[in-house]
Amino acid sequence: MSGGATFLGMPAFPVNAAAAVQDSQLRYNLRKATHTIRGKRALAVGELPDWTELRRAAKEIKDHTLRNLERYLVRMEEAVTAAGGHVHWAADAEEANRIVADLVKATGETSVVKVKSMATQEIGLNEALELEGITAYETDLAELIVQLGDDWPSHILVPAIHRNRSEIREIFREKMADWGRAAPEDLTDEPRALAEAARLHLRERFLSTRVAISGANFMIAETGTLVVLESEGNGRMCLTLPETLISVVGIEKLLPSWQDLEVFLQLLPRSSTGERMNPYTSTWTGAAEGQEFHLVLLDNGRTDVLADEIGRQALRCIRCSACLNVCPVYERAGGHAYGSVYPGPIGAILTPQLRGTASELDASLPYASTLCGACFDACPVAIDIPEVLVHLRGRVRHPRVERLGMRAAGWVFNRPARLARTQRLGGRLRRFVPGRLPGPLSAWTDTRDIPDIPSESFRDWWDRTDGGVK
Amino acid sequence: MRVALFITCVNDTLFPGTGRAVVTLLRRLGCDVDFPRAQTCCGQMHVNTGYPEEGRRLARHFVDVFAEYDAVVAPSGSCAAMVREQYPRLARTPAVPASITAGAPADLITGTLPPSAEETAAPGARERPRPGSFAEEVAATVPKVHELSEFLVDVLGVTDVGAYFPHRVTYHPTCHSLRALRLGDRPTRLLEQVRGLELVPLPGADECCGFGGTFAVKNPAISAAMCADKVHNVATTGAEVLCAADNSCLMHIGGTLSRQRTGVRIMHLAEILAATETGDHGVVRG
Repeated sequence: MSGGATFLGMPAFPVNAAAAVQDSQLRYNLRKATHTIRGKRALAVGELPDWTELRRAAKEIKDHTLRNLERYLVRMEEAVTAAGGHVHWAADAEEANRIVADLVKATGETSVVKVKSMATQEIGLNEALELEGITAYETDLAELIVQLGDDWPSHILVPAIHRNRSEIREIFREKMADWGRAAPEDLTDEPRALAEAARLHLRERFLSTRVAISGANFMIAETGTLVVLESEGNGRMCLTLPETLISVVGIEKLLPSWQDLEVFLQLLPRSSTGERMNPYTSTWTGAAEGQEFHLVLLDNGRTDVLADEIGRQALRCIRCSACLNVCPVYERAGGHAYGSVYPGPIGAILTPQLRGTASELDASLPYASTLCGACFDACPVAIDIPEVLVHLRGRVRHPRVERLGMRAAGWVFNRPARLARTQRLGGRLRRFVPGRLPGPLSAWTDTRDIPDIPSESFRDWWDRTDGGVK
Repeated sequence: MRVALFITCVNDTLFPGTGRAVVTLLRRLGCDVDFPRAQTCCGQMHVNTGYPEEGRRLARHFVDVFAEYDAVVAPSGSCAAMVREQYPRLARTPAVPASITAGAPADLITGTLPPSAEETAAPGARERPRPGSFAEEVAATVPKVHELSEFLVDVLGVTDVGAYFPHRVTYHPTCHSLRALRLGDRPTRLLEQVRGLELVPLPGADECCGFGGTFAVKNPAISAAMCADKVHNVATTGAEVLCAADNSCLMHIGGTLSRQRTGVRIMHLAEILAATETGDHGVVRG
């Protein structure tokens, strides 16, 4: 996974997170937003008596599709082509960006409207287009806020979750004019006023732009259909108004048939926004009348992930973000700390798999979790995120001090007699244990008191008293 | 009933009082308890920090020590969950696919995998390991390992253990007890039967305290923020005692409770259940 230039070269997660957790406004915004969605989701999920079965079905459909991906991808290509669309294959971000840029240039246009899409953010498409002299306008409300604010998304579903409405008002007033229609002079921070300002600003874009770029939530192989779920209707404007539509979609988004879609249309809105159904579901097959359609099938590391027996379950992800909203680490660190368009628990397993773990940041991501398991419980496609985290931790390079410490602990634990001797030594030296521990352990004692070390271990008590009988 | 105690390394070393309370409690309920001295550690710290080989060695040792017993009882939801969840994974041959760091060449077509053994084999085949293999030994041992409250409620069939503890107590369910072991209301049903005890609900009980083993050291800022919120919630209950089925989580929260001089004590579930009016329960911390 490449692209997202600003994210590259970021320090490791603990450093980013330590800075973020100091931002009380950010913490407040995140806590309020995640707890609200969390509560709504729990209610919406609780309404379905067959949630467990739906979840199992979704897992099995995804696993089956991934195991037979070659077959379904070829079927998808045939169906899209038969319906008058063009299919392009992109092995990595660079190739995908090149394909899209060439397609836009061929139309003679220098601007495009965009439907909110994680795949295009993953490959840094907007930045790549900018280098080619093409301006990409985001049309999703939250993405618009992020783009105007020259900011980075911090949540999969709610990219501007870290902003509150007064911050949004400031961004609109200061930046909207640079990108098109200006915000009204008397703009307040009332949600209705903010939405109206965005609506008028975006309406101009929809009506004046002839090329659109989208992603897709699902692709249905049997008919070559793409599916987008959204809340605002802005996506539908992009999908229908422009003359050329280019969709960049990760190869893992496939479903074999329309019948499979039924399962996911129940799971996704309830998991992501806590709604029974999302307001807009758009489907399109090949090229509509008077429109040219291109599908760019994106790999960008996905086949590598597929090759890993434990890690591949991350490809089941339908980007609902339920795991973010229940994660206590995400809630406090915020999305930017993960240094990727995929934050939170899913980002902690997906990003290091797509990007590798060569950088300090990517190597720190599998550790950005307490393994509390809330993400696994919330995941509608049953991705065992803690399992993958532990699996990835076994593969990253460990710091030397830690390796030595773990080897020493292993040496002690390998023989009960060694453990007993170490405990006795600890008991004897208990008075000399400082309140503040040295090295990396000082991080623990900075905010906590260490417990008193007992003079006698349980095993020594057992020996001395013959199991408490003496 | 003859029961092997798996006291766990943290309890053995730092909280021996919990081990003594388990002995007192199980004896009072008519169990014949044994402490296999060869036991050391379940290997959770190694596995969860990314040292599966060390973890596998300790799992091997655990199985050697406990295989012969009919029942193994551990006063730790986290260590019991480690044995139950991770041991079968550790015992399976580790997968050797393309390394995430090496970055195998991306190829759309060759990316498709042949059906896995899981898919082609008969249903349940994965659960039947080769005879005599480590996986088979693990499969035979794991079901005998119980967390304390599970053992009391499910195996012995008791919720009233004859305890007396006249204090205001709040219970923190701990993540592994809650979500890995699914202990449910077993611990609180046991606490509700303790005479004199007033059980008060803990707000945000199902949220992690931020310990996470080495997480507390690797991500200290987030860990401290999580613990601060947990401690705040504990303080709002007005409880004298914070109870849990895991001393590692209690140590973490207790360290902050102590630093903030809240006056709230931490106690393991076993210590409260072992307490009686006569006080001959050996519940002395330290």
